[in-house]
Amino acid sequence: MAVKREKLKSIPGTTIFDGAESRKGYRINKFAMSFTKPENRRAFTADEEAYMEKWKLDQKERKFLRDRDFRGLIEECGGNIYMIMKIGTCTGHGLYHVGAQLRGQTFEEFLETRNASGAR
Amino acid sequence: MAKIIGGIGTSHVPSIGKAFDMGQQEEPDWKPVFDAYKPVQQWLAEIKPDIAIVVYNDHGSSMFFDKYPTFAIGAADSYPIGDEGWGPRALPEVPGDPEFSWHLAEELVYNEFDITICQELSVEHGFLVPMNLCFPHEPNWAVKTVPIAVNVIQHPLPTAARCYKLGQAIRQAVDACERDLRIVILGTGGMSHQLNGTRFGHLNTVFDNDFLDKIENSPQELTQLTHQKIMEEAGAEAVELIMWLTMRGALSNKLTRIHRNYYAPMTTGMGLIVFEEND
Repeated sequence: MAVKREKLKSIPGTTIFDGAESRKGYRINKFAMSFTKPENRRAFTADEEAYMEKWKLDQKERKFLRDRDFRGLIEECGGNIYMIMKIGTCTGHGLYHVGAQLRGQTFEEFLETRNASGAR
Repeated sequence: MAKIIGGIGTSHVPSIGKAFDMGQQEEPDWKPVFDAYKPVQQWLAEIKPDIAIVVYNDHGSSMFFDKYPTFAIGAADSYPIGDEGWGPRALPEVPGDPEFSWHLAEELVYNEFDITICQELSVEHGFLVPMNLCFPHEPNWAVKTVPIAVNVIQHPLPTAARCYKLGQAIRQAVDACERDLRIVILGTGGMSHQLNGTRFGHLNTVFDNDFLDKIENSPQELTQLTHQKIMEEAGAEAVELIMWLTMRGALSNKLTRIHRNYYAPMTTGMGLIVFEEND
């Protein structure tokens, strides 16, 4: 008999990071996790193309990375927000820059929607 | 005999750690957060806990999706400061009490909580931001700790009810400890927030304040919350709130709520609630 349980339903405007996303995003997330070591951050910064080649990223992942398209990395490549932010920090794109991108706004437009945007 | 003397529910927003390090405590948009913890720090300095059990989640510091435990417990002499991708914060290593951690692990496993035991564990914002807000760390941390990590980032997640039962099992384990230890437990994360999709930045202050009411007065009701319901109402990342239920499950119902605060400046409802056991 099957276990009685909640089945997740999709929510508009929301990515639920489940098994399917984690399988899809395994390579890009593992790549991003490598940024927790300073020598890897330095290697990426010194030669992005060589570092992407070392990790055998696919062409789509490389393009999104070159374009700093974090929305693409998350929504099309299975990137987990916490992993992707390790890349974002390294390229100078903080959480609220990435967030504005996800919302389809400029950074300034996004800040306008906040209650006390000095707390960032 | 070991004894739980209090519990704290608190957000663990990473930017608080950055603001802390940059000395922005008095800046107008940050001040309401930092001021809210002053009475908590004072209370902790008075009740002098020996150990803080900190229920948190790892956001890709010490743990990755190659093996991501549903429940894990630290059992080390000390916990180094992790590198989340931007270098470790300049904080002293956090002292542990491995003897007590192993006691908890043994009691939990024989109580059917099959928890992963970690003898090496670096800690990150999920753990450190609450510690920073509650305890001084200069020259060294004022309390020993037991980190308990919960998977709230890769579904399937443990249910809210399961997290509450984990708290109850922690209380039984503490009660079974012969050592004379005074313990506080912190449930961290949340409140409402979403960090992905076009709904990035979603807040729900009504949900958050209702959660604060119920964690005090009717936690059983919160154990019936599904992940779906929490995510729909309060954002995908608000599921972290199930870790507050572990804290509440470890407390009795003879409590005094001594502090409560709520502030939602940017993208996360920053909540705080503090309980002291009456006996």
